[in-house]
Amino acid sequence: MASNGIKIAIVGGGLAGLAAAMRIAEKGHAVDLFSVVPVKRSHSVCAQGGINGAVNTKGEGDSTWEHFDDTVYGGDFLANQPPAKAMCEMAPSIIYLFDRMGVPFSRTPEGLLDFRRFGGTKHHRTAFAGASTGQQLLYALDEQVRRFESAGKIRKFEHWEMMSLVLDDAQVCRGLIAMNLQTLELKAFPADAVIMATGGPGLVFGKSTNSMVCTGSAVAACYQQGAKYANGEFIQVHPTSIPGEDKLRLMSESARGEGGRVWVPRNPSDPRSPSSIPETERWYFLEEKYPAYGNLVPRDIATREIFQVCIEGKGVGGENQVFLDVTHIPAETLDRKLGAILEIYEMFVGDDPHHVPMRIFPGVHYSMGGLWVDYDQRTNIPGLLAAGECDYSIHGANRLGANSLVSCVYGGFIAAPAALEYAANVDRNGDEGSRIYDQELKKQQEINDALIKQSGKENQYTLHQEMGKWMTDNVTVVRYNHKLKETDNKLLELQDRYKRISINDSNLWATMALPHARHLDNMLELARVVTLGALNRNESRGAHYKPDFPDRDDENFLKTTIAEYSGEGPTISYEPVDVSLIPPRKRDYSKAKKETAKA
Amino acid sequence: MSTQAHASKAKRVPSKSVEIHIKRRANPDSPSYWEQFEIPYRPNLNVISCLMEIQANPVTKEGKPTTPPVWQMNCLEQVCGICTMVINGRARQSCSALIDNLDQPIKLEPMQKFSNIRDLVVDRSRMFDHLKQVNAWIELDGTHDLGPGPRMDQDDVQERYAYSRCMTCGCCLEACPQYDEDNYIGPQAIAQVRLFNMHPTGAMSRDARLEGIMQEDGITNCGNAQNCIKACPMGIPLTRAIYEENRETVVHGLFGWLKK
Repeated sequence: MASNGIKIAIVGGGLAGLAAAMRIAEKGHAVDLFSVVPVKRSHSVCAQGGINGAVNTKGEGDSTWEHFDDTVYGGDFLANQPPAKAMCEMAPSIIYLFDRMGVPFSRTPEGLLDFRRFGGTKHHRTAFAGASTGQQLLYALDEQVRRFESAGKIRKFEHWEMMSLVLDDAQVCRGLIAMNLQTLELKAFPADAVIMATGGPGLVFGKSTNSMVCTGSAVAACYQQGAKYANGEFIQVHPTSIPGEDKLRLMSESARGEGGRVWVPRNPSDPRSPSSIPETERWYFLEEKYPAYGNLVPRDIATREIFQVCIEGKGVGGENQVFLDVTHIPAETLDRKLGAILEIYEMFVGDDPHHVPMRIFPGVHYSMGGLWVDYDQRTNIPGLLAAGECDYSIHGANRLGANSLVSCVYGGFIAAPAALEYAANVDRNGDEGSRIYDQELKKQQEINDALIKQSGKENQYTLHQEMGKWMTDNVTVVRYNHKLKETDNKLLELQDRYKRISINDSNLWATMALPHARHLDNMLELARVVTLGALNRNESRGAHYKPDFPDRDDENFLKTTIAEYSGEGPTISYEPVDVSLIPPRKRDYSKAKKETAKA
Repeated sequence: MSTQAHASKAKRVPSKSVEIHIKRRANPDSPSYWEQFEIPYRPNLNVISCLMEIQANPVTKEGKPTTPPVWQMNCLEQVCGICTMVINGRARQSCSALIDNLDQPIKLEPMQKFSNIRDLVVDRSRMFDHLKQVNAWIELDGTHDLGPGPRMDQDDVQERYAYSRCMTCGCCLEACPQYDEDNYIGPQAIAQVRLFNMHPTGAMSRDARLEGIMQEDGITNCGNAQNCIKACPMGIPLTRAIYEENRETVVHGLFGWLKK
């Protein structure tokens, strides 16, 4: 350190990273903030529907306890309960904070914050800014962080990518190595603590609803350096996405929250236009099977039902698609509450959802798993913390809609003081340029140099596509052990072929090829964590569903999966889940929650 | 909403292949040149998926191996703004540029108003600097719990929401005849002044924001061409923001000294 001041490095400039940066800067400490894209362009912008907090302004008797209960029940009791409870308790104040920052949340006639319904709850608990809430929340934090940047409290390193941690001989995190994405220069950045806030690994599945930066690469680097990765097998597949050539575009749950209905024609090859199919010849399968929650069952359930309908050939036209219909909702309501997402549909599909039901299919959306952290967001590596989607806490086996934005900010707000407390008490070692930094720098440079020299026949983009297809086909909605085993073998084959890729760009200035090759290497490691975690968990819980083991098995698997890197892939172990506050009960969304609590 | 422009129903007859011409540049010091590519046609292609295909196998139409074209992309839902480029002469996001709606050959160029880093990538960091110049934020006391913000009228919220959708993509600046290098701050920053000056808390520090757009590169450089509002992919009422802030700055210029 140049001075005696504390310096915290934050990797990732989405909601979690910016929330942490802000809270550290306002305490007067220095932040180095790393992001592969300008932070205003982070993946948090894609969140559409809203942010949960039990503010109870609708006279429904909502409470933070009710929010907490919905969260752990929705997560099929796999979440450690104390942090989930703490998040729900902080949620109303997080929403109010954004309100003070000027987020244009929708209002009631009295000028109060308006709230809508989301999946997995009976309450109006979701504050929203049109249908681009994530964009609005991210911008609010981006603005505040820019204010601190102007005041010299935060240094941004945009278009820099973290390649690895710098660990000392005692495996304590002392900073990181980052690469300038224009020059490919590698540089060591000493820090008293590092907070990972890099989001999810959607690109492991090839196409997903995630942005292109969501490779999980930086987190995979931490894992390979000794950080534990927890519950990797829990991948949320969002029930409603718009399939595309380049990605699966999200159609927010708010479409159902505002009254959207999912249906298929009773006759899959019904030639009539959807609007001329009478009610009696439509199958509203979610409403029929889950009368208590209807279209607002949690995502894992909606996804499986839609998937099942389609693989039985009952999708629209016998294809992998069902209708998501909002045509019965008044146009004014649609424009005010869902405008942004309906525009996305029209822009990319060409049909106007005001008049024509949307055609949707499930798509990989969110990782409940991530870096293992304790209740203060600390990983098992001293000096390394994590927050947001890249950590595993809060959501258990399935995340409820509109809980992600709140968990990002909560994670950042907990990680920031924990990092400061750690930094204030840690013994400092050497300065920049000292041995541990030079060693790690050299190691990373050698990896880059070797990749650049390689001249094999394998194409890295083809390998990525193959990995994505295998993962999507076998490690998403429905999982079979023999398929999981085959997938792991495939991943091993891809890892072997990876050694024979060549960087197909002779111009290394601002190249996309070398960073992608580094991501691919890391993604393959994470893919194995997800696949083997799924293989070893012989039960069905939340987003993890095995037809051969259709029930939840609390006796054997009410446990957090822990993957540790052994040098040859993951070693899996388990630790107990803290269910000290709400005893686990069977999840049954065909009944209202009160009835299940009695049962 | 102006996004309808992107969803134009005027679909071209599908062809068997897609021809794409890309303006290349190896680095900021090299000259630019054009290369032609051809990929097989499929339904629902957008410019990004074509670029991905060329990237995986960078061979020109003439069969000559070349370096893969470089561009920026992230959300692919037209909400992050990063993939902006000039497509058939118009600045727009390449993710929402559907091949079926474009005349071929499709011409891809980097934005002209920003320095070109490589191929289709430009440096737009100046736009973020302009946000600093106009204090585009609320002066928050801190992140600790101070209860809710001020009550607001839904109509005001709707107008602020429109301004708040700005993704700093730069289409308005590319289209603006006045904007070039450092001579004009441009519509995007002025609209952010409007966004924060409309907020009851933001209004308390409105003078600092007005002074940000009353400098040499300020609001008076607007030539009223009104290209910005047509170019904005988010349908932001940029000309209205310029009108309102022009009025505010005039009043501030005339009477602001009385407060001091």
